[in-house]
Amino acid sequence: MEFFVAQILTGLANASSLFLVACGLSLIFGVTRIVNFAHGSLYMLGAYIGYSLMQVLPGMIGFWGAILLAGVIVGVIGVAIEMLVLRPVYRAPELFQLVATFGVILVIQDLALIIWGPEDLLGPRAPGLRGVVRIMGEPIPKYDIALLVITPLVAVALWYLITRTRVGVLVRAATQDREMVGALGVNQAWLFTGVFALGSALAGLGGALQLPKGGADLMMDFNILPPLFVVVVVGGMGSLPGAYLAAIIISVLNVFGVAYMPQSTLVLMFVVMIVVLMIRPYGLFGREEVAGEHGQAGEPERPIKPASDKIRLLVTAGIVILALLPLYGSSFAQVLTTDILIFCLFAASLHFLLGLGGMVSFGHAAYYGGGAYVAALLVTHAGSPMELAFILAPLGAGLAALVIGWVCLRLTGVYFAMLTLAFAQLLWSLVFQWGTVTGGDDGLINIWPAEWLKDTTIYFYFALFFAVGGILVMRHVAHSPFGYALRAARDSERQAEATGINTKQVQLLAFGFAGMMGGLAGALFVFSKGSVFPNELEIARSFDALIVVFLGGVKTLSGGVVGAGVFKAIEDVLTRFEYWRLIMGLLIIFVVILAPDGIVGSLRKAARRVGGLKAGGEE
Amino acid sequence: MFEVEKINSFYGKAHVLRDLSFSVPHGKVVALLGRNGAGKSTTMKSIIQLVRPASGSVLFQGQQMIGLPPHKIAKLGLGYVPEERRIFTDLTVSENLMVGLQPPRDGAVTWTQDMLFDLFPNLAERRNNRGKALSGGEQQMLTIARTLMGNPRFVLLDEPSEGVAPVIVEQMAQVIKQLKSEGLTILLSEQNLHFAQAVADLAVIIEGGAQVYFGTLQDLGAHPEIRDAYLAA
Repeated sequence: MEFFVAQILTGLANASSLFLVACGLSLIFGVTRIVNFAHGSLYMLGAYIGYSLMQVLPGMIGFWGAILLAGVIVGVIGVAIEMLVLRPVYRAPELFQLVATFGVILVIQDLALIIWGPEDLLGPRAPGLRGVVRIMGEPIPKYDIALLVITPLVAVALWYLITRTRVGVLVRAATQDREMVGALGVNQAWLFTGVFALGSALAGLGGALQLPKGGADLMMDFNILPPLFVVVVVGGMGSLPGAYLAAIIISVLNVFGVAYMPQSTLVLMFVVMIVVLMIRPYGLFGREEVAGEHGQAGEPERPIKPASDKIRLLVTAGIVILALLPLYGSSFAQVLTTDILIFCLFAASLHFLLGLGGMVSFGHAAYYGGGAYVAALLVTHAGSPMELAFILAPLGAGLAALVIGWVCLRLTGVYFAMLTLAFAQLLWSLVFQWGTVTGGDDGLINIWPAEWLKDTTIYFYFALFFAVGGILVMRHVAHSPFGYALRAARDSERQAEATGINTKQVQLLAFGFAGMMGGLAGALFVFSKGSVFPNELEIARSFDALIVVFLGGVKTLSGGVVGAGVFKAIEDVLTRFEYWRLIMGLLIIFVVILAPDGIVGSLRKAARRVGGLKAGGEE
Repeated sequence: MFEVEKINSFYGKAHVLRDLSFSVPHGKVVALLGRNGAGKSTTMKSIIQLVRPASGSVLFQGQQMIGLPPHKIAKLGLGYVPEERRIFTDLTVSENLMVGLQPPRDGAVTWTQDMLFDLFPNLAERRNNRGKALSGGEQQMLTIARTLMGNPRFVLLDEPSEGVAPVIVEQMAQVIKQLKSEGLTILLSEQNLHFAQAVADLAVIIEGGAQVYFGTLQDLGAHPEIRDAYLAA
């Protein structure tokens, strides 16, 4: 019993930061409709800035002052991000803004590395709160008790702000209908900035507040995202009490998990989430997400057409040039091109899901890494020949996608997206924690192709065949009746249902198909590298693919492939520099602001403009 | 006071307003009449800039509205009451009014919540109820009251009689007359000619997005052929 109480108190104390960060994310999403992926980065900045301030500010007042000040500074940074990066793209399609926040993540990662260095920083103890108090004989850190008091106070203050002040009324009104709020004389731009400042400050506060319990390190930004999304999804987007309750549930569960089932702490969190979502699809206190109630921003979708003869010729020429690579390219060039081809296939499979299916998956790495792991596990544990493993890998990934898709497709919009990310992270934690089977962090090695494929050039042709083949199959499916049904379900679910299309079934099949293609890319990958590590399943990998699809252009068929080619090539150049993330991040932000239609979309627009001038304006 | 001149508005490629012109004199109520789909709501939206006209001019107190963001227009004293009402259903009646709150303005009544509850007694009893708990008529009153909280000089009222009970329509007419007597200028879009005749001084009739009549309601009474051709019976 004593132990039980102590565990619950620890859990409640741990919930503190998570709650603050989740509130910030929820607030920002409610008003701006942006899932701020950089929220984890703001949390990380809060920890680092708090740490630095604690070094200079002395004593108890200095310590608490540093925490508050860290919140304020991160709030100001949030304002800068909102005004410089997000304001220019509010008119772009909503999901495009995500890419801008990816760029911010990369920039902040490198800035933190430059300023604070690569070593993990150990958080200082709180002055006057060192040591423990005994509650029912169990030692509880004094700082935990302080957190237990502080969190409800912050929660009440937030609740007061949201429910009892005019600012709170405006925030809630804007969450429902921001256009109408504007027509009533409220400047939305400042409301957005204000909410972003508050949400960012909460993230910063959360980061600084956890310093004595943890510290500051460069992994914090991604590490907080899964529990953060889980809390927001379980609690219900935009619900303050929901976030509080969910943060407590997740944290308490985590503490008990560590005590009783240390191997499964990460998995446990997702199991809870899945159970909650099965019973209450929009979280404990959430409401159904009504997407695009007053019309979607951006231009209407252009119908996709089968390629013209000119394009076909161009593509054929491109493939021929690629196929002749071994004649003029070095073996390094062949390896690099193989990497690019694999990545193109992976990106194209996400593009199929996202562009044609309208299903925004934040966790597509699950199928890529999944396929790689299926192949590697078969080879390692079953001694399967390479050919068999290669065939079974995409099937395994596709099967996983069908199961995950079946759960995720119960939801739509942002809940769907977050759930896909959560599942990807679940697979990652399974692989990471189940070391005896998967090798954990050490990965699986010695997964080489069959004897006849060992040669770099032959493997290059092997990859070329399957990557190009896979992409062409997806293109073909896009133009098949199934592709039409899929696009109908994307554009108007109800109308599609009314014409006799079983939209959920079509979407599920598409999800499985895209997963299978992702798995094919993963299988190609694992045999080209001879090994696989958990990072092929991690969030960053999913984000790579998302960035590529958005940068290439969601609304164009070739977007994924073109984006992947450009991305890999740039990445290859940039990774030679020390701070390549910074450059990459800035590059992404610039592309988002300057070319909101992506590379292919913008080229096409430019071509139309030039063509339009010649033809004297056809439209 | 207010002038619309030759505005053209589009939804995508659909040409909805065609060279539409009319004016609203200070202190008058002008009825914007026309059939379903004639472009009444688009006219309203083109004034508050929720739809941006491709050409033409919208002058309010001599200032050009085209190109301004809606919140700046509202701050100049031009209030908008949308046809779909668009009240904030999760907010209470009182909170809905709080969203509309603007500083006092010269030459306009400075409304308080209590004054509005006097104007709409039904809302007074429901001040702590959420928007979604209100009846259609109550929602209509709330959306007008919310706009009045901004102390406007000129109000766009988009179909206030639509979809509400006859007794509420009667009440709306009384409210509009009272607002006019307090000096408010109103552009009112309507399908209901009787309602318009009860409250308006002038009428603009539009058909296919173009103006087909602009004059007094008395003169319109003398031209039954216009009424029959462009308005539903």
